[in-house]
Amino acid sequence: MSLAAATARATPGCSDLPVLRERGQREVFCGLTGIVWLHRKIQDAFFLIVGSRTCAHLMQSAAGVMIFAEPRFATAIIEERDLAGLADANAELDRVVERLLARRPDIRLLFLVGSCPSEVIKLDLKRAAERLDARFAPRVRVLNYSGSGIETTFTQGEDACLAALVPHLPEATDHGPRLLVVGVLPDVVEDQMLRLFAAMGLDRVDVLPPRRSTGLPAIGPCTLFLLAQPWLGDTARALEARGCRHLVAPFPLGAEGTTGWLRAAAEACDVLPSRFRDATALGVARAEKALAAHRPLLEGKSVFLFPDSQIEVPLARFLARECGMRPLEIGTPYLHRGLLAAELRLLPDGVALSEGQHVDRQLDRCRHARPDITVCGLGLANPLEAEGFTTKWSIELVFTPIQGYDQAGDLAGLFARPLDRAQRLKV
Amino acid sequence: MQLAVWTYEGPPHVGAMRIASAMRDVHFVLHAPQGDTYADLLFTMIERRPSRPPVTYTTFQARDLGGDTANLFRAALIEAHERFHPAAILVGASCTAELIQDDPQGLARTAGLEVPIVPLELPSYAKKENWGAAETFYRVVRAFAGPHAPPPGTPRSPRPADRPPRANILGPTALGFRHRDDLREVTDLLARLGIAVNVVAPLGATPADIARLGEADFNVVLYPEIAGTAASWLARSFGQKSTRTVPIGVGATRDFIREVAELAGVDPSPVLKEQASRLPWYSRSVDSTYLTGKRVFVFGDATHAIGCARVAAEELGFTVVGLGTYSREFAREVREAAERYGIQALITDDYLEVEATIAEAAPELVLGTQMERHIAKKHRIPCAVISAPVHVQDFPARYSPVMGFEGANVLFDTFVHPLMMGLEEHLLAMFREDFEFHDEAAPSHLGATATVAAAASSPAVAAVATPAPKEEAQGAPLWTPEATKELAKVPFFVRGKARRNTERYAAERGIRTITVETLYDAKAHFAR
Repeated sequence: MSLAAATARATPGCSDLPVLRERGQREVFCGLTGIVWLHRKIQDAFFLIVGSRTCAHLMQSAAGVMIFAEPRFATAIIEERDLAGLADANAELDRVVERLLARRPDIRLLFLVGSCPSEVIKLDLKRAAERLDARFAPRVRVLNYSGSGIETTFTQGEDACLAALVPHLPEATDHGPRLLVVGVLPDVVEDQMLRLFAAMGLDRVDVLPPRRSTGLPAIGPCTLFLLAQPWLGDTARALEARGCRHLVAPFPLGAEGTTGWLRAAAEACDVLPSRFRDATALGVARAEKALAAHRPLLEGKSVFLFPDSQIEVPLARFLARECGMRPLEIGTPYLHRGLLAAELRLLPDGVALSEGQHVDRQLDRCRHARPDITVCGLGLANPLEAEGFTTKWSIELVFTPIQGYDQAGDLAGLFARPLDRAQRLKV
Repeated sequence: MQLAVWTYEGPPHVGAMRIASAMRDVHFVLHAPQGDTYADLLFTMIERRPSRPPVTYTTFQARDLGGDTANLFRAALIEAHERFHPAAILVGASCTAELIQDDPQGLARTAGLEVPIVPLELPSYAKKENWGAAETFYRVVRAFAGPHAPPPGTPRSPRPADRPPRANILGPTALGFRHRDDLREVTDLLARLGIAVNVVAPLGATPADIARLGEADFNVVLYPEIAGTAASWLARSFGQKSTRTVPIGVGATRDFIREVAELAGVDPSPVLKEQASRLPWYSRSVDSTYLTGKRVFVFGDATHAIGCARVAAEELGFTVVGLGTYSREFAREVREAAERYGIQALITDDYLEVEATIAEAAPELVLGTQMERHIAKKHRIPCAVISAPVHVQDFPARYSPVMGFEGANVLFDTFVHPLMMGLEEHLLAMFREDFEFHDEAAPSHLGATATVAAAASSPAVAAVATPAPKEEAQGAPLWTPEATKELAKVPFFVRGKARRNTERYAAERGIRTITVETLYDAKAHFAR
């Protein structure tokens, strides 16, 4: 009966770390928020949320803090007459899509994105997308996925979007091995990674999502894929269902994570160890040099991570092993043991893992633990700062180039800066 | 369904949160799915609140829907009560919870908590944020002041002569546009008139304070969008009159002082005699001649749009070419105000319609919300923000009211800052093709970013200046190269209008080729 009876128990699995599973108020975004970066990545795609004023308000509040540009997203706001059945919701949706496509002739791919209200009233967006696709293809393809809060947490929206793309990827016609990097990476990072693969002699490398929807990569049983982000479980399953093979690897945070990530591809593609070393040596050296600059400030500092994007486990691994920090609690909205297998092994002893959230209880634990730095969302950061806790907004970890060798120092810098500020300010 | 790129107002439960967060000792239990907690960041990030909004979200998920979301609500309510010990709990539902019809009100009633519960009906698919704020404030006022109301029809006894008059100040909320500073300014104004403040609400008020509202002689309504409903109820229940003037600008502040003085039975003349604002002299100083007749477009919530339009017209000498609001509830008031400027009010919450109207009006200055700031940036029109929806910039560290005499000073600076300084504009007009003083140059005091923004959007200007080939094919007049070049010397913000006027002039007279002379003939013809 209790809303959130916290049940701590050891869960057997590939890692024997106990996990505290909690239910209660979750201080996290819903999956719609992924549109904020997805719409910048796929430059000819438009994301039409079918939802409420709350959805529209969320998008501009989340985006308003983060971007100032003409958005390629909008909300078809469900109104009272749509609910009362006075207006056929499907006819209304068609009308909205017509108006939208007339206004934006540059759009080649339209996502109808489901929300909490559209799911609850059981508006069938899959059928709507099929209907509209039949009408507007080939000029505009129309697909759908759900970013609703009742089904997805924050970054799971990206997972749902990419998983929706997978059935539409063309079948590869040849049978040579090819590599697919899956997940939105900042353009600058993506380009660096592609250069590294090229230096290893891997030149058949594609990315999902592509920068333009017209460049969807071909896949097939010879496709090996690397996940660039830890939140892509459904996408991985969909790719596996098409015969692609997942390369288990740590995620490319820090020098160690990046090397492990690249090595998984190199080994699967039979790159000679010497060639791999040659390709990565410079990056490793630069990452280590950049990290050394931040390490004095970070070494020995304790860190408490609230759940946000699912990047928490790889991040804690980086902070512990490359910055010398001490993770106290690693909170994550969802712990995918399979995808994190290579990461969980690398976590230090004694760290507490928690999945889900009961925010008030977690705040109690945080206050009790008194970490040197707390990683949390925007709703909690200022209140914690006001209580005297140094914080790092977790959202920056999703919106900033942090992956790869040349961003390892920047990633450490995100954590060093709040500590540096705390030392500088005399007021 | 309504296609919304941006929305001027959030859903009604965000309005309820603004009331709960403004008050003390109140907690709001909101039946809502995961993700609705985004609203917390409005308060903690935009307003830089040092504490979490006093809101507990039930956070139901898809797997709960077939099961027992009602019990989730009940458990969250009981737990919030145990943890926070508020003096009152508001209960309501967000848009998705409204659909599953769990009846938070009934659940709260049967939960057996020994704390007053205020149930809120927040119809998400019909109403919006300001309505939600007004409704919540009204429900709270009714719940706590209601029991102290005299029997209906009881005449209000006159104020004892030996007691100074006292007023409630109603309307300031969390996340309000400059509410914090307006409150200080108006409180100070009342003090100088010898009027005591009984209760300020909702900002800073406890349920116990709300219970004392009836003890005031009258109400000062700062923001009718939020306090109007509650003030009407207080008028009916306690016979309290309310102010109708919102003191934005020198003229309105003076009107407000007279209105308040009459309600309080005090003499306004000492306060009216104070030369309390620099605005009148600043507007009369020589430098401000260049402000005269500047074409300004005003859009915002009704209170700020009406107030700022009056300041623009009467206190800076601008020409109001557009006035509008997204507050449909106050459409009548805004239409009346627009009539005074000989224009038709724009009543819409469709951002695209606002953009089209601004583009058509081609003003020299936009006074709007953060949305209009986007529009103005795109169309390279100077802009100042005068109304919610707000952004972190709208909570400046310095004292920065928009009401009262200091508010008038702030508005003078706010309206003038985005514009070119007096002589700079003249030099620009004289040396239009100078490499620094050229057409694309931003005001020199606004720095590098403004110039970059202007340069980035220059193709749009080129497109405006050059008639499209399609139109030529349809028999529209042709521009000679010299005329096109001359048109480029017209300031960009009126260039589109100049082109349209010239083409209309030519078309009406059967002129096939527009020369430099046609351009100036048209200019003389359309001269105001």
